[in-house]
Amino acid sequence: MDELNSGDLSQLQHRHLLGLASYSADEIRLILDTAKEFRDVLERPIKRVPTLRGITVCNLFFEPSTRTRLSFELAEKRLSADIVNFSEKGSSVSKGETLKDTALNIEAMKVDMVVVRHSSPGVPHFLTRCTKAQIINAGDGGHAHPTQALLDLYTLRECFPSVRGLKVSIIGDIAHSRVARSNILGLRKLGAEVTICAPRTLMPYNAASLGVRVTHHLDEALQDCDVAMALRLQLERQQASLIPSVREYHTRYGIKAEHLRRFPSFLVMHPGPINRGVELESEVVDHERSIILHQVTNGIAVRMAVLYLLTASADRVMRARP
Amino acid sequence: MQASDVVKARLMDAQDLERTLQRMARQIVELMDPDDPAGEHFALIGMQTRGVHIARRLKRMIRAVDDIDLPLGVLDATMYRDDFRQRLKQPVVRATRIMFDVTERNLVLVDDVLYTGRTVRAALDALMDMGRPASIRFLAVVDRGLRELPIRADIVGRTVPTISGEEIRVRLHETDSHEGVYLVERRTNSTRN
Repeated sequence: MDELNSGDLSQLQHRHLLGLASYSADEIRLILDTAKEFRDVLERPIKRVPTLRGITVCNLFFEPSTRTRLSFELAEKRLSADIVNFSEKGSSVSKGETLKDTALNIEAMKVDMVVVRHSSPGVPHFLTRCTKAQIINAGDGGHAHPTQALLDLYTLRECFPSVRGLKVSIIGDIAHSRVARSNILGLRKLGAEVTICAPRTLMPYNAASLGVRVTHHLDEALQDCDVAMALRLQLERQQASLIPSVREYHTRYGIKAEHLRRFPSFLVMHPGPINRGVELESEVVDHERSIILHQVTNGIAVRMAVLYLLTASADRVMRARP
Repeated sequence: MQASDVVKARLMDAQDLERTLQRMARQIVELMDPDDPAGEHFALIGMQTRGVHIARRLKRMIRAVDDIDLPLGVLDATMYRDDFRQRLKQPVVRATRIMFDVTERNLVLVDDVLYTGRTVRAALDALMDMGRPASIRFLAVVDRGLRELPIRADIVGRTVPTISGEEIRVRLHETDSHEGVYLVERRTNSTRN
């Protein structure tokens, strides 16, 4: 009963998931293929498999999160892992503990995996140096949000025959968006054609070097694109008037029902949480061409696949060491 | 067959395999409930990957001889294995496609080789999570002994006592270049399955 396709990649070459930059297209495909089987588990009467029995996962969230956190927690529960949750509020971090000490204490508690979200880029990398636990990046500042990009890719594969050649437009605050950065990496690795669209103030300074088409006009972005990914305008951290007003942003960059009529084929995605009436008109959110809630369901399956593949790859990497 | 495997014996050729499968197809029909002649409460479950092909052949044989079209499901029990972290090579999670309700059904689980019994244990757990089958029977083309769990096959193609270090390779033309059952000496360092 040896493997049928022994030539195919059957495991990840990494111990951690910090970002998609170092992941090969084959590794990304392995995660998406594996997620497909975990997706079916979510449709069963008993939505639980014993795969990660005995593994302890710590969800370390230094930044508020509803969707990602719930999604990771459900993924861990569906795989029968033991879970401990940590949030900044009410923890010793609010008493002045440093990140390193928090990490060392978690390490001392014999946690196998840490899912971390932090407002500073690089925190997941830093944690890999202070603990033996495996690290999954659930969003670090403006740097990366790899599982969001993976679940977006999964959703695209569900809706289209292939990601290769697909025209995807990412619209919104590209400069501050880890979702955009991870998606650009993932989409390009799988061969999609990416367009980014934002006002000049919300466009990253290195936009030209990202290997994507750049535009400042929403109509250009929506013209013959297959998918429009709207990004959340981060109202809570809207830096020093980068846009004149939310209303003007909506007028120029919000996707409206009128666009759905004028460009009759593209689908709408959004990483959540949505500001209704800002980046998307309310009617667009609820439209049948919006696949936003598919993204949420798929998120659980993709995170299950990441947890499964990383756990198994870790033990091999550890054993291979003398 | 892996390049480093040494074939010690050919246990069955294509014709032997065909005869054995025909006989096992008759045994499956014998197991069926007389009150359910059409097999509406009966199903075959093929285990990934070669068990699926064997189950498909059994289904075809039963349809040809008895004119009964049994439902066929595909099961991958990787998520239920107890050893995926111990193995050198990570098992790939393959498709599970069971398009009928297993509850109240009499199931025949089909695999190519019965060895430690751990894969069967995982498969039983997986099936139990999908519902409450009326019964589960197990069919294996080859029982090679060396069980680690109290599990047996209800229908066996051939019993071949082996020692550890040996492997049974069932080759089918659906998945391989040739067809037959072989006893080989394992020279690779892959862990047993």
